[in-house]
Amino acid sequence: MTVTTPDRVPAVEAEAAAPAVVSPLRRFWIDFRDSKVAVAGLAGCILIVALALLAPFISPQNPYDLAQLDIMDGRLEPGAAGMDGTIFWLGTDDQGRDMLSGILYGIRISLAVGVASGVLAMAFGASMGLLAAYFGGRVDTLIMRVVDLQLSFPAILLALILVAVLGQGIDKIIIALVAVQWAYYARTIRGTALVERRKEYIEAARCLALGDARVVFRHLLPNCLPPLIVVGTVQVAHAIALEATLSFLGIGLPITEPSLGLLIANGFEYMLSGKYWISFFPGVALLLTIVSINLVGDQLRDVLNPRLQK
Amino acid sequence: MTVFLIRRLMQAVVVLFAMSLIVFVGVYAIGNPIDILISPEADQLERERAIHALGLDLPLWEQYFVFLQRALTGDLGRSFAFGAPALQIIVERMPATLELAVAAMGISILVGIPLGMWAGFRPESFGGRAIMAGSILGFSLPTFWVGLMLIMVFAVHLGWLPSTGRGETVEVLGLQLSIFTWNGWTHLLLPAFNLALFKMALVIRLTRAGMRENLLMDYVKFARAKGLSPGRVIFVHVLKNIMIPVVTILGLELGSVIAFAVVTETIFSWPGMGKLIIDSINQLDRPVIVAYLLITVSMFIFINFVVDILYSVLDPRVRLKEMKS
Repeated sequence: MTVTTPDRVPAVEAEAAAPAVVSPLRRFWIDFRDSKVAVAGLAGCILIVALALLAPFISPQNPYDLAQLDIMDGRLEPGAAGMDGTIFWLGTDDQGRDMLSGILYGIRISLAVGVASGVLAMAFGASMGLLAAYFGGRVDTLIMRVVDLQLSFPAILLALILVAVLGQGIDKIIIALVAVQWAYYARTIRGTALVERRKEYIEAARCLALGDARVVFRHLLPNCLPPLIVVGTVQVAHAIALEATLSFLGIGLPITEPSLGLLIANGFEYMLSGKYWISFFPGVALLLTIVSINLVGDQLRDVLNPRLQK
Repeated sequence: MTVFLIRRLMQAVVVLFAMSLIVFVGVYAIGNPIDILISPEADQLERERAIHALGLDLPLWEQYFVFLQRALTGDLGRSFAFGAPALQIIVERMPATLELAVAAMGISILVGIPLGMWAGFRPESFGGRAIMAGSILGFSLPTFWVGLMLIMVFAVHLGWLPSTGRGETVEVLGLQLSIFTWNGWTHLLLPAFNLALFKMALVIRLTRAGMRENLLMDYVKFARAKGLSPGRVIFVHVLKNIMIPVVTILGLELGSVIAFAVVTETIFSWPGMGKLIIDSINQLDRPVIVAYLLITVSMFIFINFVVDILYSVLDPRVRLKEMKS
């Protein structure tokens, strides 16, 4: 995701007719809806979050309540009817579990892990980046050395080391994902903060003899947020993909927390006998989630980039 | 320059040492290998003998010390599962992984550069837009899922290519390679393509950006004014200039291809290092885990070291800044 092509042409005509005073939020939305694909991505994100939140209420069965499963319904094709007449629109897995319900619950777990690790990594990474930029000198050198070192290894290798070291479990995967991602946030916010900290408002705040913590978190941080939000969006998508990959490899989430990656792994062995749906549909759900988030992230990058501001 | 080199070398050694400590302590602290390695039917005496033979009765720091001493002589322990030296097991599987990585690199260049050139040459055309949309998809698609889909389409439904394994190999210069047999190629194609996908998206974007930049340059105008054919301008003059950044970046990415091979190898049952590490993690075969991680980390430290030196040769500012600090 490091390669971008800033080749959007700003639509100047549309702005001329707009009223002179526009609230920042509205202005943001006007810029954002410029790209129809991004709006579709946003709609996708909202839909996926809604599905994840409402999973227990809208899924046809609770896929992890064994009383509701009938082993006789195992490996049914999409659209087939089960023993008691219910129709499984996306088929069933080897346990007779409705794939649609499994996917809805899987999205819930994948999103929860992705967002939780993203938020934690952002909090930790941003604090480190701000510290490095604000204090400079040795603190800066030390933190950025660690960041550089970490970024020189591919994420999957680091995650592999951490999983091998920490063991498995939902909390350990989140720790591993945070450890893999914090460096991106730290590097991003340090770059912005280095510019911001030379501005007059920071000087003014310091002249008022405000404490370091107050200057950093109340004055510096809010002005460094835009790039952080962009990185955050893209990194959540990365985290979801990485977690799915680890779970697929059997070294991610435990079987009791079936994320999308685990569902895909579960269908892998049936793939060769032509029973595609057990892996295929969870994969589509994963793909749509990642693509939606990436589309939103791409557009945010353009909208929040001051160099492209109209 | 010498000061810079020594400084970097020392840094590399410190990192390697720290990594070995983290990996060793972490890996040797998970689970209880005695339960896994020794048959539950074994009596107390046999158990104790086995624990002693594996060195598991020593305190952790002593185990690490022994491990470090042996590691320096190239002995990274014996695999619990295979009963052979861990280093040997990994080195045996290395050619398969390297072959896969190199084939993937080749595919990403052979497919990515022409597509990127087209997208840069006609950015507004339908083809150009479709290629760019495809490259976004290449970044977003989870590698493992694409692998499954490739197996489903080409191996299960169409039956054109085999889905797993490595096929026939031929010994070349002491290495078992499958690129020299037709059967080997058919086995290599799907995994290599799968692994190439992500890099292909990267190559497309780099080539497109390079193409768009270079087409506006004076040397292109001059070549055209000189009356050279459009084909010659693009395929000789522009292509040469595009290749420099593409090759540089791909060189840097070789390491990440090897790391990502873990996923592809698991899906296609490719008998390389990546599949070995996943199996070892699942079996808690600790000497192999430690050896794999150390070898890969050393490889990365080496790659980064070479890159640092190359940069400092190309850009003296890097070197000067380093000396001052």
